[in-house]
Amino acid sequence: MNYLFYISSIVAIAATVMVITRHQPVHALLYLVVSFLGVAMIFLSLGAPFVATLEIILYAGAIIVLFIFVVMMLNLGRESAIQEKQWMQPKTWIGPSILTVILLAELLLLIVMGGSTTIPQQTVDLKKIPLSLYGEYIIAVELTGFLLMAGIVGAAHIGRHKKKYLHRFLKQEEDAVHFSSKT
Amino acid sequence: MTVMQHVWIVLGVLFVLLNIAAGLIWVERRMLAMWQDRLGPNRAGPLGILIVLADTLKLFFKEDWVPPFADKWVFIFAPAVVVGSVLMSFVIIPFTPQIIVADLNVGILFFLAMSSLGVYSIVLGGWASNNKYSLLGAMRGASQMIAYEVFMGLSLMGVVMLTGSFKLGDIVNAQKDMWFVIKQPVALIIFFIAGIAETHRLPFDIPEAESELVAGYHSEYSGMKFGMFFIGEYLGITLISAVTVTMFFGGWLGWSFLPPWAWFFLKTFAFILFFILLRASLPRPRYDQLMETGWKILLPLALLNLMITGAVALLIRG
Repeated sequence: MNYLFYISSIVAIAATVMVITRHQPVHALLYLVVSFLGVAMIFLSLGAPFVATLEIILYAGAIIVLFIFVVMMLNLGRESAIQEKQWMQPKTWIGPSILTVILLAELLLLIVMGGSTTIPQQTVDLKKIPLSLYGEYIIAVELTGFLLMAGIVGAAHIGRHKKKYLHRFLKQEEDAVHFSSKT
Repeated sequence: MTVMQHVWIVLGVLFVLLNIAAGLIWVERRMLAMWQDRLGPNRAGPLGILIVLADTLKLFFKEDWVPPFADKWVFIFAPAVVVGSVLMSFVIIPFTPQIIVADLNVGILFFLAMSSLGVYSIVLGGWASNNKYSLLGAMRGASQMIAYEVFMGLSLMGVVMLTGSFKLGDIVNAQKDMWFVIKQPVALIIFFIAGIAETHRLPFDIPEAESELVAGYHSEYSGMKFGMFFIGEYLGITLISAVTVTMFFGGWLGWSFLPPWAWFFLKTFAFILFFILLRASLPRPRYDQLMETGWKILLPLALLNLMITGAVALLIRG
């Protein structure tokens, strides 16, 4: 089972690198989907099928679709891809990547030297998840509910319909009535 | 089960499904014709059944054209997504107690995950075509499928609650005394409406709406790439019918004079015919009507159904 973990991790990392280096936003988002699928496979290989499927349903299936939706709305053409290309100069990415590679080397050294490389594996029972969510972590769940509610209220406010008039005469009439009742 | 048995089950399921999807070309055209007082395809072979072969040959020999203005790789990739995701969903469908590819313990969630990936075929196909009608179709498809996915999942949770398991095998076995259609009629209606919207079949075919958008997201597709969208749609109908049967109509269960697979096949086929009847009889709603019905009626209804089911289940169990 360890092999599954390593293979899916490599896929996830490679896909994430591709997300950063793509110039075309939709291509980058496609690689992001692959990266999420890789992460889902990691969860699955570690014995957490519930988190794995939720990862696919929520992230790969809904959030990235919304991202692509927005990108389609923005109608980014060739110009934005060229601009992206200009931003990806070697001088902008060489510094951080050298530092990251040093950290990666350290991590690899730790894994090789450390000895405790076995990945703990125990399948999570599906019923345990809701029991802990609505038992131990109930406050976190409720606070998340508050946050989401704030988002929904904001969206409802922005998307509120203006009052529609079927005909301009009707509009004037209503205004006139309004005016007369005031005076 | 040995490895060979697994391989045989996978190959058998794949063979039957692809043949059903191809055969539905004939079934749909013939049944539509019947309901509209026409004859339909009746020249090739007995009752015109060889129209399937003729159609497939036509699709194979058409010029497989990628428009020069399209995004080539995404354009080629998009039709594969729909067939792939739907076929993956069939992994969890129990055709009989023995014939099931994998009875996952996340069962129905896996189906929801795969059907949520299916939306990419529309979005990517429409975007990569680089054509305004395709793009409009893709945007409609994306918002429609995301919206209807939400309460598709919610409506199924009532059944999961009554069974206490996500496994489809357990869900079928829990219906030995009474099908869930009697306990969860509202959930069935919501799920079926959401299923029609997920497969973007008529009356909810607004992503392709041929009277407004040429052919919507697949306007630029030809040859076998279009054929993949076509087969994907029929596979989608079969999938939604099969899931409806499994969740609400007792799956393979039935009286003993027919074997379990025959019961499953008969029930599924009845729902496929219902899909076709809907196409023959209902007009297409407007886009904003679809979204409003979804968010303002079906979603609260699904939540209410879930709440009441939960309360009743709690009361009965004590």
